[in-house]
Amino acid sequence: MPLTMNSSTQGNTARLILVGEVDGTTAPNLRTEVDKLLTSATRMLVLDVEHLTFMSSAGLRVLIFAKQKQPALNIYVLKPQPPIVDTLRKTGFYDGVYVTETEPETGTTTA
Amino acid sequence: METRIDYYPTHERAGFRFRKGHVLPFGANVVGSGVNFSVYSSAAESCTLVLFRKHDPEPMVEIEFPRSFRIGGVYAMIVFDLDYEDLEYGYRFSGPHDPSRGLRFDDSKILSDPYARVLGGRDIWRAEPDWNNIYQHRSRLAFDDFDWEGDHPLETPIQDLVFYELHVRGFTADTSSQVSAPGTFAGLRDKIPYLKELGINCVELLPIYEFDEWENNRRHPETGELLLNYWGYSTVAFFAPKAGYAATGGLGMQVDELKTTIKELHRNGIEVVLDVVFNHTAEGDHRGPMISFRGIDNQAYYMLTPEGYYYNFSGCGNTLNCNHPVARNLVIDCLRYWAAEYHIDGFRFDLASILGRDQSGAPLSNPPLLESLAFDPVLSKCKLIAEAWDAGGLYQVGSFPAYGRWAEWNGKYRDSIRRFIKGDEGVAGEIATRIQGSPDLYWYRCPTASTNFITCHDGFTLRDLVSYNGKHNEANGENNNDGGNDNNSWNCGWEGESTDPAVNDLRIRQVKNAATILMVSQGVPMILMGDEIGRTQKGNNNAYCHDNEYSWMDWDLAAANSDLLRFFRKIIGFRHAHPALRRNNFFEHRDIRGTGIADITFHGLQPFAPDYSAGSRCLAFMLSGPNANEPDDDIYVAMNLYWEALPFRAPRSCTESPWKIAINTSMPSPQDIFDRGCEPALDHDEIIVGPRSIIVLTSDTRSFKGEK
Repeated sequence: MPLTMNSSTQGNTARLILVGEVDGTTAPNLRTEVDKLLTSATRMLVLDVEHLTFMSSAGLRVLIFAKQKQPALNIYVLKPQPPIVDTLRKTGFYDGVYVTETEPETGTTTA
Repeated sequence: METRIDYYPTHERAGFRFRKGHVLPFGANVVGSGVNFSVYSSAAESCTLVLFRKHDPEPMVEIEFPRSFRIGGVYAMIVFDLDYEDLEYGYRFSGPHDPSRGLRFDDSKILSDPYARVLGGRDIWRAEPDWNNIYQHRSRLAFDDFDWEGDHPLETPIQDLVFYELHVRGFTADTSSQVSAPGTFAGLRDKIPYLKELGINCVELLPIYEFDEWENNRRHPETGELLLNYWGYSTVAFFAPKAGYAATGGLGMQVDELKTTIKELHRNGIEVVLDVVFNHTAEGDHRGPMISFRGIDNQAYYMLTPEGYYYNFSGCGNTLNCNHPVARNLVIDCLRYWAAEYHIDGFRFDLASILGRDQSGAPLSNPPLLESLAFDPVLSKCKLIAEAWDAGGLYQVGSFPAYGRWAEWNGKYRDSIRRFIKGDEGVAGEIATRIQGSPDLYWYRCPTASTNFITCHDGFTLRDLVSYNGKHNEANGENNNDGGNDNNSWNCGWEGESTDPAVNDLRIRQVKNAATILMVSQGVPMILMGDEIGRTQKGNNNAYCHDNEYSWMDWDLAAANSDLLRFFRKIIGFRHAHPALRRNNFFEHRDIRGTGIADITFHGLQPFAPDYSAGSRCLAFMLSGPNANEPDDDIYVAMNLYWEALPFRAPRSCTESPWKIAINTSMPSPQDIFDRGCEPALDHDEIIVGPRSIIVLTSDTRSFKGEK
C-alpha cells in the first residue's frame, strides 16, 4: 500500500498525517518530508499514524534521524496501531518518543 | 555540509557510481553519501562486489573491483547512492581451486562478508529458507544510531557476580513464559524482573551470533521430526546478532532489540556475558557449505592438514586458525565491536584451548591471540572466561595461558562437587580445596579465576543430576551414543520421574545441597537456567538439537517448585550478604586480625578435626568474618553427604556470640533457609546434621574489637 502524507506547521509544531505503509520504498519519502518540515525552531513533531498499518525499520530510523538532528525535538506518535506500538517497544524506540492516544497540546512543550 | 572531494564517484557501471574505497575498517560502512566496502583475501586473483535489493533472488548489479582498488590483499570500493535500508551485499572471489594446496576459490558462489554486522536469510527462527536461493546468508548494513541513554558496561567486580547461563530462545519459548514475544531478546527483557528477584547479576547467553538452526540433518527417531542446531555453537557471522532471536528480526531490527535488552539488563544491575565460538565455523569440513571464509581465504581462516583437509580440534569439522594474524585480527576486531557497540560485559570462550594452538594445531606456550585479548585496551574491563579444553584432547583447567586476566570454567570443581554430593568416598580432601576457589589450580591467580559450576547447558540439569544414573539421549537420533558418560550423577533410588515422596524429598534436598555448596564456595558461581525451579531434560544430557520441551524453560515449575525457587533466591541473597564468601584473594590460613582463629579452618565432627580419610563423606569449615576482606559474620558450614545423620560440633565464634542456623537443607521450607536477622539460635553445642544435608551457621562479630 502506498504512503500518503499530509503536512502542516503551526508555530513551533510540525504535524504530519501518515496513511498507508512506511516500508523500504516509501521511507525515503518520509525522510524527505520530515527534513522539509523541521526547522531550527521546531520543538514538536506530531506524527498522526492512526491510519498507518505498517512501519518498517527504515521508517523507525527516520524518527531516530529526526531526533538526532534536533535533540530538543519532542516527537509525538499519535494513535498508533498495536503492531506499531509493539515494534516501538521491542526495539527501544518507545522510550524516545511520546506515544499518545490524545492530541498533544501544541505551542508549548517540555524537553 | 559540503561533500568531500574524495567522495566523488570516478567509475560507473549499470547506473551505479563508485570509486576507490578505504581499506580500513573492514566490512561495509556508510561514508558520506556512499557505502565503503572493504574485504581481504591473501590469495584471490580478483573480487567482485555483488549487490542485491533485500530479498531479491537475483543481484541488481555485480561490480568487479578494478585492479587499482586493491591495496595489498584488500579490495576496497565506495558505491554511491545506495538505499541502505534495502541493501544486501556479498562477494565473489576468483582464484585457484586446488584443495591440496588449501585453495578453494569458486567464483560461482556468493559469499558473506566476514565482517558483516547484520545478516539476512534466517530472519525468523525456524522459517524454512528457500534452499534454491543463490545467496543464503546475506550481508547487510548496520546503523550506529542506537540511543543508549548513558548506558555503560557495569564493570561489577567479578567476585560479586552470580552467573546465570541461559539460552535466549529456550528461556521464554514455552507458552508458560507468558511473554509477548516468546523465544526472543524481547522475551528475555520481559523476564528481567524474575532474574532480578532471583538475585543473579550476570546472564551468560549461549551463542547469539548469527548461526543456522537448520544445520542438522538428523531426525527424531520416533516422530521423524527434523532436529535442529538449537544451541547455536556454529557461527555463520561473528559480528551479527541472531535475527531469529529477535521478535523484530523480520523487520531487520535485531540490533536494536538486542541493544534495548542489554540496556534494560544493565539498568537492573545485570551484566551480559556472551558465549562466543571462535574455535570453528558453520562451514564444516571439505563437504560443508561454502558460506564465507572458505571461499575468501581458506588457508588464512582454517587450520589445514598438509594435504589441505581440515583439522578438527573442535569436533565440528573444521578449526578456526586463531593464531594466523588474519584470523586473530578478526577475533579481536569482533570482540572489540561487541564490547564497544553492544556494551557487552564479558565473554566466555567455547573450547578456548583451540585459541592457544598454532597453525598446525600444536599447543603454544605463549599464544598470541590469548595474550592480545588479555591486554587489549578496549577489552580491559571485560571478563574473559575460558572453557579451558577442546575436542582434540587439550585439557588446560588450571594451566590455561591466563596472563593474569583469564578466568576458567572449572571442570574439576564440577566433577568433584558432583561426586561429593552423590556420596562418593574419598572426595572430602579435594572438596576442601575446591571450596577455597581451587588454589591448587589457580595459586598464581586468585579465586575469581575459577568459575564454579555444577551444571551447565552441556550435560544434565541439576534436577536430572539427582534423577538419572545415566544419560537418555535416544531422542537425539544417535542411539544414545552422543553426550558424555562421566556424569557423576545419582538418581536417589529410582531412574527418572518418581511418585515416591521419599525419593522426591531426597532429590530436592540434594538440589539444595548443590546450591548451598555452590554459593558458599570461593570463586564465581554459575547457575544453569531453570535449575532454580527444577527444570528437567528428561535425562537428556546433550539437548543441543531440541527446540522443544526438552530444552525450554517450563515456567509452570516456578509455582510447582516454589519452595525450591524460594531457597535459590535466599541462598543467592546469602552469598551477596556475606563478603567472606566473595574473596578476591586466597585464604592465608592464618589469623590476620587477632580473632584467635585463622581466616579459614577445617573441621570434622569435632572442631579442628577434619576427616580426609578414604571413607569420609563429610566436611565442615569455618570462615572467620573479621579476617575477611570486609568485616563479616563468622560462617560455619557443616556438610554431611553420608546417608545417616551425624553430630557435628562447631568451634567457638571469635566473639563467642551464639551461632544461628541460617541454612538447614534437611528441613522443609521455610525452615530450610532464613533471612538475616530471623535465624533461630543454636541451643546446643552439638548440631545433628541430617542424612545428606548441609547446615550453615552464622555468628554476629560486630562486637569484635580487633587484636586481642
